[in-house]
Amino acid sequence: MSVTRYTKDHEWVRQEGDVAVIGITDYAQQQLGDVVYVELPEIGRKVEQGKEAAIVESAKAASEVYAPISGEVVAVNEAILGNPALVNEDAMGEGWFMKVRLADPRQLAGLMDENAYAALVAEQG
Amino acid sequence: MPDTADSPPLQHTPLYDLHVARGARIVAFAGYAMPVQYRLGIIAEHLHTRTQAGLFDVSHMGQIMLHGAAAAGALEALVPGDLQALAPGRMRYTLLLNDRGGILDDLIVTRVAGGLMLVVNAARKAADLAHLQARLERSVTIEPRFDRALLALQGPAAAAVLARHAAGVERLPFMSASEVAVAGVPCFVSRSGYTGEDGFEISVAGDDAVALAERLLAEPQVAPIGLGARDSLRLEAGLCLCGHDIDETTTPVEAALTWTIGGRRREAGDFPGAAIILRQLAEGPARKRVGIRPDGRAPAREGTAIRDPEGRPLGHVTSGGFGPSVNAPIAMGYVAAGRAAPGSALSLVVRDVPRPAHVAPLPFVPTRYYRG
Repeated sequence: MSVTRYTKDHEWVRQEGDVAVIGITDYAQQQLGDVVYVELPEIGRKVEQGKEAAIVESAKAASEVYAPISGEVVAVNEAILGNPALVNEDAMGEGWFMKVRLADPRQLAGLMDENAYAALVAEQG
Repeated sequence: MPDTADSPPLQHTPLYDLHVARGARIVAFAGYAMPVQYRLGIIAEHLHTRTQAGLFDVSHMGQIMLHGAAAAGALEALVPGDLQALAPGRMRYTLLLNDRGGILDDLIVTRVAGGLMLVVNAARKAADLAHLQARLERSVTIEPRFDRALLALQGPAAAAVLARHAAGVERLPFMSASEVAVAGVPCFVSRSGYTGEDGFEISVAGDDAVALAERLLAEPQVAPIGLGARDSLRLEAGLCLCGHDIDETTTPVEAALTWTIGGRRREAGDFPGAAIILRQLAEGPARKRVGIRPDGRAPAREGTAIRDPEGRPLGHVTSGGFGPSVNAPIAMGYVAAGRAAPGSALSLVVRDVPRPAHVAPLPFVPTRYYRG
């Protein structure tokens, strides 16, 4: 199991070879409440670190999901398009958003590790 | 917390501590700290209300008593409803209008012994009170009852649940009200609500509210429901939210609330903005409030631009989100009158992308008011 890294905007990213899996954190899904809709990028789109890559809508509002790292989208999670509640049920696993071919693996090192993210959540929660 | 340093502290209803104890997420709403959801979450709370019974704290709304035999006639000067025809214990939905026929607020008026009881929106209660004080004839005494709490018990199980604590209440007709002891607590109970379901609104002294709420929440069919589900329930039922779907710039005719204009009032033309409203009735309004169903899954929120399929502007969404019982996005908004017929093709511009939608009949789900 590879290391999971986190952003201050509550996305997570996990490296699997030259590809990174991206999703929103369990804290993020709790804060959003019931997820009713997600909008995912097209395969082949180049996403840029810190820029909008997807949309997640709860019963109350729409939120942007930012790319934790830059790269080309190689897969999206079709399962959450048909069943957005999967994001609530398993944000860190089955509720992943997209897979991105890493443009620069060094970007990962600049993100928070589990402990730093837990501290951020403790501060905000 | 959304409360910021330069805004006044949020007010609490008598049930605030109960909300917190039951895991509510608290948000600012109309100057009050209110529960937007509890642990169930908005969708489960919505569906619970449609299948069993939900208890809502709506104590932030304004209860105002108008004392005096002349109250109904006097209030008619400010609203288009036929209030003089209101029998004792009966209630009516009506609108406070400005002199251009625009809607200042929507309210429920009940004929009670000695006058009228009003329930107005939380965000409007200070303004409504000032409006009444400035415009009602002197023989009517205005008594704000903002100390009272208001609970709503809504859903198909509401009548059976409430009857356990107030025998006979299950036979109260829709849109009528009565002094009733609920679990021994003196209450003013009406058969009304804001969800499209059968249900009750229970006015109770602030000091008695927690005990009454706890008794009702102890019933297995009853769950506490927050403002999030209250909003999706009323939207599915096609009911307007004041300040969003109706406001000072929309008339009852544009808002598809023509049914609130009493026949006698229409003939007399003696309500605020009558000249404008009667002309719109005769000629048809330029725009109209309609239900909207996006063809895709993306919700269209308030403020979303509505266009025709060729891209010409038609209006804006005034309420929009996800309808849990419809299991699809739903919205309401104003469109040019020529596009208001159900089935008319629309385009909703969400995140700069035009997305197909169509006009849908209201309500989105069949209402189930008590017709016994």
